[in-house]
Amino acid sequence: MLSIEYVYWLIAAFLLYTAWRNLLERQFSRAAFWLLLGLLFAGGDGVLAQLQAGRAWPAQVAGCMVIALAMLAPLLRRRAHAETAQSAARLASALRLGHRLFIPALLIPLVTLLVALFGSHLFIGGMALFAKPQMALTGLALACVVALFAAARVAQAPLYRGLGEGRRLLDAIGWAALLPLLLAALGEVFTQSGVGAAIAALASAALPEGNAFMCLLVFALGMVMFTVIMGNAFAAFPVMMAGIGLPLLVQRYGAHPAVLGSMGMLCGYCGTLLTPMAADFNLVPAALLELRSPYGVIRAQAWSAAAIFIITFIAMWLLAFH
Amino acid sequence: MNYWPLLGIAVIVIGFALRFNAVPVVVCAALASGLLAGMHWPQLLALLGKSFIASRMLLLFVLTLPAIGLLEHAGLREHAQQWMGRLRGLTFARLLIGYLLLRQLLAMLGLTGVAGAAQTVRPLLAPMGEAAAEKIHPGLSDADRDEVRAVAAATDNIGRFFGEDVFIALGAVLLIQGFYAQRGIELTPLSIALWALPTAIAAFAIQSLRVYLFQRRLARRARNGAGA
Repeated sequence: MLSIEYVYWLIAAFLLYTAWRNLLERQFSRAAFWLLLGLLFAGGDGVLAQLQAGRAWPAQVAGCMVIALAMLAPLLRRRAHAETAQSAARLASALRLGHRLFIPALLIPLVTLLVALFGSHLFIGGMALFAKPQMALTGLALACVVALFAAARVAQAPLYRGLGEGRRLLDAIGWAALLPLLLAALGEVFTQSGVGAAIAALASAALPEGNAFMCLLVFALGMVMFTVIMGNAFAAFPVMMAGIGLPLLVQRYGAHPAVLGSMGMLCGYCGTLLTPMAADFNLVPAALLELRSPYGVIRAQAWSAAAIFIITFIAMWLLAFH
Repeated sequence: MNYWPLLGIAVIVIGFALRFNAVPVVVCAALASGLLAGMHWPQLLALLGKSFIASRMLLLFVLTLPAIGLLEHAGLREHAQQWMGRLRGLTFARLLIGYLLLRQLLAMLGLTGVAGAAQTVRPLLAPMGEAAAEKIHPGLSDADRDEVRAVAAATDNIGRFFGEDVFIALGAVLLIQGFYAQRGIELTPLSIALWALPTAIAAFAIQSLRVYLFQRRLARRARNGAGA
């Protein structure tokens, strides 16, 4: 049965390979960085299982490893990835292979789609082929493996060439790859240390009495601001709803709960477009596309986010109180 | 109420503003806010380690890199660019607006993992977008090229975000429903998802308009460049 744990092991293997190659090139801080991350991925399920059993020390070791990663990160200078083939060779290869080059690239979304749609109906010897939790992500991992084999076939190149090229891209992304995980962990620490409750208390203290419009505006802007800080609208939603949305807007002013919930969440999504804290949507694509500015994607999104926020807020004001 | 953990946010803001490396800034913010909330080191380290490990799936995109790297080595981007050059009717705006529509519809069906920065933007959309932009403005500068790629990534994000909220069996809608259900207000997922539709339509219109305006700006730059 294919489940998400195998996917983590696969990622760990790729990270350890990257560490090994950097070690051979005597890039020691890079090698140590990817080695630590690979170990965290490989041992992660063990750590969580130990925590369930009441033993906290493996999680504490993992915490120390995260701090070590943070100290290594500034030593990793981002480098534009050196092209291994000359542009003339790539052009010749492009002319020779033509549309066949698209097939492996399109296999990634296609196989992911097929697993998402039909994965729960596949059985081998009475056992489900895909484990239910996070089937779509398992499908994406499978799709990547299938695409690698297809790419090696189309390009008539050995598989290890693919690993080498992948490792080169990973080194070009560098420490930016770590940010989404770290920011998710930061969100969890913020929640546990009561940052959300403090912000909700400040927001409701700043609220004028008896004005439904101002209250809705503070709620909507609060969703945006809090999402910008936490990098995630899902973290902002319960805080703003419990602080302002439910007690004031729904229970005192009679706002429609479905409209308020749905559109309030969308205001938060506008915040996601604006913040480096949502690294997986904003900073990682900038690194993947090798933009010179890490904030290039945010800059391209900012005016769209502002316009979508204004329209959503007006619609919420018109619809929530009818 | 203990307001001291808010200093963690200040660490983030100052760190990003001074352009320090983001990784240590984020870890310092987490440590500051945890310690100011009165957590002890062992507890805080365990929390940090556990939450980091619990979000491992966010690194899944690295698995696309070997296949993409191999295809790029074999000329995928060059081919995408050449092919775009031959398709006369397909302008930059049409390419991106078509992608936006497809991405939003897929997300509405809950298929958010099918496309993305690693899966579709870097190997396909960005090089095709660059080629389409070169048809408008042959002397594309490096800064223009960065902007074209950024617009492609932005279009991907906006299509995903304002599509997925309309899907009833996933993330946002269930979170909203669960929040109300815990407090005795029963809503059906469909009634919540329905109210995401006006914003989904507005987001499509706004981003399409901005892509079109960007194309016009490119054309103007091309004319100015030719005149100078």
